[in-house]
Amino acid sequence: MTPIEIAEKLCTLCQVCVKKCPFDALSMQDGKIVVNEKCTACGICVRTCPEKAMSLRNLPKKAIAKDLKDYKGVWVFIEHSDCKIASVSFELLGEGRKLADKLGVELSAVLLGDATERMAAESASYGADTVLVMNDPLLKNYRTQPYLAGIVQLVQKYKPEIFLFGATTMGRDLAGAVATKLRTGLTADCTALDIEEQTKFLKQTRPAFGGNIMATILTKNHRPQMATVRPRVMKAPLKDAGKKAAIINETIVVSAELLPTMIVDFILQAEQNAPLEDAQIIVSGGKGMGSAKNFDMLHAFASAIGGTVAGSRKASEAGWISAAMQVGQTGHTVRPRIYFACGISGAIQHVVGMQTSDIIIAINKDPHAPIFSVANYGIVGDVLNIIPQMTKIFNEGSGNNESH
Amino acid sequence: MIFFLMALLLHIDIVSTAIDSQYCSEKVTIVHIVVCLKQVPDTTEVKIDRKTNTLIREGVPSIANPFDLNAVEAALVLKEKYGATVTVISMGPPQAKEALRRAIAMGADQAILLSDRSFAGADTLATSYTLAQAILKLQDAGGVDLVLCGKQAIDGDTAQVGPGIATRLNLTQLTYVSKIESVDADGKHITVERKLENGVEIVRGNLPALLTVVKEIYKPRYASLPCLIESLAYEPVVWNAKQISADSSQIGLEGSPTWVETIFSPPLREGGVILNPGDENYDKEFSGLIDTVKKIVAEERSKLVCS
Amino acid sequence: MNRIEFDVVVVGAGPAGITAAYLLAKEGLKVALIERGEFPGAKNVMGGQFYSYPMRDIIPEFWEAAPLERAVSEKQLWLLSRESKIGFSYKNPQFGAPPYNAFTVLRAKFDRWYAEKARQAGVVIIPETLVTGIIKKGTQVIGVKTGRENGEIYADVVVAADGVNSLLSKYAGLHGEIESRNVALAVKEIIELPQGVIEDRFQLEKGQGVTIEFMGEFLKGMVGTGFIYTNKTTLSVGIGCLLSDWVDNGVSPYDLIEDLKSHPVVRPLLQKGTVKEYLAHLIPEGGYRSLPPLYTDGMLVTGDAAMLVNGLHQEGSNLAIMSGKFAAETILEARKAGDYSARTLGAYKKKLDESFVIKDLKKYSNAMPLLENNRHFFSTYPRLLSDAADEFIRVDGVPKKKKQRMILKGIFKRRGIIGIIKDALSAWRIVK
Repeated sequence: MTPIEIAEKLCTLCQVCVKKCPFDALSMQDGKIVVNEKCTACGICVRTCPEKAMSLRNLPKKAIAKDLKDYKGVWVFIEHSDCKIASVSFELLGEGRKLADKLGVELSAVLLGDATERMAAESASYGADTVLVMNDPLLKNYRTQPYLAGIVQLVQKYKPEIFLFGATTMGRDLAGAVATKLRTGLTADCTALDIEEQTKFLKQTRPAFGGNIMATILTKNHRPQMATVRPRVMKAPLKDAGKKAAIINETIVVSAELLPTMIVDFILQAEQNAPLEDAQIIVSGGKGMGSAKNFDMLHAFASAIGGTVAGSRKASEAGWISAAMQVGQTGHTVRPRIYFACGISGAIQHVVGMQTSDIIIAINKDPHAPIFSVANYGIVGDVLNIIPQMTKIFNEGSGNNESH
Repeated sequence: MIFFLMALLLHIDIVSTAIDSQYCSEKVTIVHIVVCLKQVPDTTEVKIDRKTNTLIREGVPSIANPFDLNAVEAALVLKEKYGATVTVISMGPPQAKEALRRAIAMGADQAILLSDRSFAGADTLATSYTLAQAILKLQDAGGVDLVLCGKQAIDGDTAQVGPGIATRLNLTQLTYVSKIESVDADGKHITVERKLENGVEIVRGNLPALLTVVKEIYKPRYASLPCLIESLAYEPVVWNAKQISADSSQIGLEGSPTWVETIFSPPLREGGVILNPGDENYDKEFSGLIDTVKKIVAEERSKLVCS
Repeated sequence: MNRIEFDVVVVGAGPAGITAAYLLAKEGLKVALIERGEFPGAKNVMGGQFYSYPMRDIIPEFWEAAPLERAVSEKQLWLLSRESKIGFSYKNPQFGAPPYNAFTVLRAKFDRWYAEKARQAGVVIIPETLVTGIIKKGTQVIGVKTGRENGEIYADVVVAADGVNSLLSKYAGLHGEIESRNVALAVKEIIELPQGVIEDRFQLEKGQGVTIEFMGEFLKGMVGTGFIYTNKTTLSVGIGCLLSDWVDNGVSPYDLIEDLKSHPVVRPLLQKGTVKEYLAHLIPEGGYRSLPPLYTDGMLVTGDAAMLVNGLHQEGSNLAIMSGKFAAETILEARKAGDYSARTLGAYKKKLDESFVIKDLKKYSNAMPLLENNRHFFSTYPRLLSDAADEFIRVDGVPKKKKQRMILKGIFKRRGIIGIIKDALSAWRIVK
């Protein structure tokens, strides 16, 4: 059985579907359109078939429809290290709150660890109605196996309908294992979540194909509906220290001898060694910088704001930055929170490597430079004046802008 | 004369056995490594048709998922060290043989393509089932010590299939591995470095294990010319659903709980405020911009400080 | 380790190389085709006109299966002044039907398809491999070295089809660095537009296309042309000028394309299009006088590597295919004779000489030097012509007779009667 049904009577073999399939999953063989293993049932062929000859096969109704109703509530996995909750977990509590309100159900924080009291209270102050806690020395540091066992134990007992994780190394490591154990659907790296009004399904929207397309995905017949959510996409709610939550303590049933891994050591990464893809603030220079010496300005600015210096292909070819720090089609694709494009004209080859940055600030003499058409802020002026000016502002202000 | 030759041959035989056993006694810890590899469209080449919101795939080459090639390289390094056999498996249509040949050119010993129309429509859950069934079959045929995957595929970016396989086969799950430090002499443990957001974690895990690797682990080698030419004629073994004893309710569309509801293209990025030093509101807009930057800078700084 | 041996090694999977490899494999020879790109076509950016002849002799009715963009049924030449144009056009609907005259193609797709045909015929295509040297025994080329480990590969004969600035020819000592006046730098952008919009805008029948060449002031006095080719859902827009001119004038190719694109009569053709790609490529346009030696003991040189390009008519891939075909024929003859020395391989040059390939190049052999020394063809005359047309067409109360006098006066003022006569003679010499 293939996911796509083709009404052969209607099919004119025009092969529009073959061309439109993003996954290379359709081909013409022996005078017929055939669907191969690469098909993801995305339905693009169904939508683009000019003859309306294609349809998606209905999902098998095997899933236990009556059981779905037993699953209630929205859960958020609280990620932490060194007793500090990851900011993505707060963002998820904010998003989970909205979903729970739309469904009229409770929002629960799921907290596994050792000595978790303070973090439980903090989860409450960010909006959780309930905090499910598992305290055990085995859970002190994150490891896949005990966390997997603990979470599965909780899900089987309390049956949430939605379960959200941060799309971090920890969240992805855990969610992938949990969803497999529970044999349920998991959508990775979501950037938007919503509830479908009639069916109450969780609408999970995520980028695919290196950000070229977005897909909205549903888990119709399995529960919980699981998703990992990209950090810094959702907004964290304001903290309300007065808000309290019901704390439910559970004991994990797992024995230490059975654990397959042991953490030997952890080496905290020095800031300046962070690879370009992970940099959250990037100061990037192009041909307009004029010389290697002028790049010193960018380094000074970057160190004032805790940024990483990168450059365009022109800058890399001129030897002003190393090839490892080149952004664009032939270099790295970056997605920082702020991208400063200094003296970069904005050739498409460069833009494809940085267009998904949260904020793009472009500085260029030429008011017609294409970079301005993708920049959130465009400063028309000489980068060699503006950068030192900004560096000065930040160096002066560094004392009093740290408080929050 | 003949006797002499026989003696000589025998001698050679003995010598080579001696070398083998010496090699073995020290290092036979990892015997069989399986690498999972996916053929993907080169997403850096994909363009969007803005009118119909679909991808323009015409002319976009299919390539071996780059992270999976890092995994192949890691397997080959272990092969050189421990004399292990490297098997590469992939789920896909016959065209995916091309990606498997690439691994063969690099030095993998054998390649298996899991190909069956009924695998179509699989999400990560069904994919991990299919791959796990194939690995089970290899396990039955003589054991698998290590399964290696790339950290994620560049077309889906889910990073879910690796953990899925580990969970199904009860393998020790070690994701985002940037370095394999050592394998214990008894062949029971492996120590690796995991690359996390804020540092590197060193973990010792039981074997058999499943590792997903990041690109820092090893750069895929450039195949030698004889290996490359040999790989061009290599025919991977093909297994269908029946040959991996797949349960039809767990593969393809039927085995996939997730359902693609819609696909659309992301909104075009648009230009924002243009600040011109000559303009009246320049100073005001400039200081607004500085405030925005300050806020983010402060947030980023606070992340680095451990409370 | 066993030596890697083939009957023939072809270096470069473009039209010349694929043709030679395909034809030889069809005759049962063991052929290796080495390509530096990830796949054949990956490194190819040719302007996009592809003539039906002689491809149709090699794969009959190739248009049924090959990925082609549009059948070119119209050619236009536009002379641009700063704000206006004079256009010439030849349209023949017969060109839009089999056997066709020319197509627009995107070479990345076309070469891939053509190479697949060769692979099916038995050619071993070795991708992502750079040839780093040749192997010689005495004066005889007996193989090539590649950048891969254990990368030597031996053959009875080597075909160099590795494009402009052929490394193989250099390794074999057939020529040194190419002079920048013998090569043109072409830059182009691929601009995306819906299929229907292209057909409406350029008044095309479905599936048919037009090529437009531009000359005029936007070239800033350089020897070259601009162009727009219509593909299925894209336009190729670009400029090709002598490399020496780019260098001497210090003009940025990117800026020049922008100038062309924003020209008042060109802009409407491109409206609402989005730039998909920007590409640059060298084209050997030195013509007959720049031809390097085309063969040596154990090696033949084909296509762009042999500088077989007719710059004036913008023919290149057809000459490449022709040369690939002749190379294959020559190699089969040499195989029969069991001799791959220059003496036998010389038949290749003879075949080229007797065909339209060299005959055409010879005919235009004076063109490049003349055009190079007389830049009026690319800037002054388009300007003069458009001024004349403007004067003649504009109704402003000046009597027509007076207008004619003014036009002639204007022309002679800017070029002088002697100059014009000289130019006319040159032009005649080019095309005679």
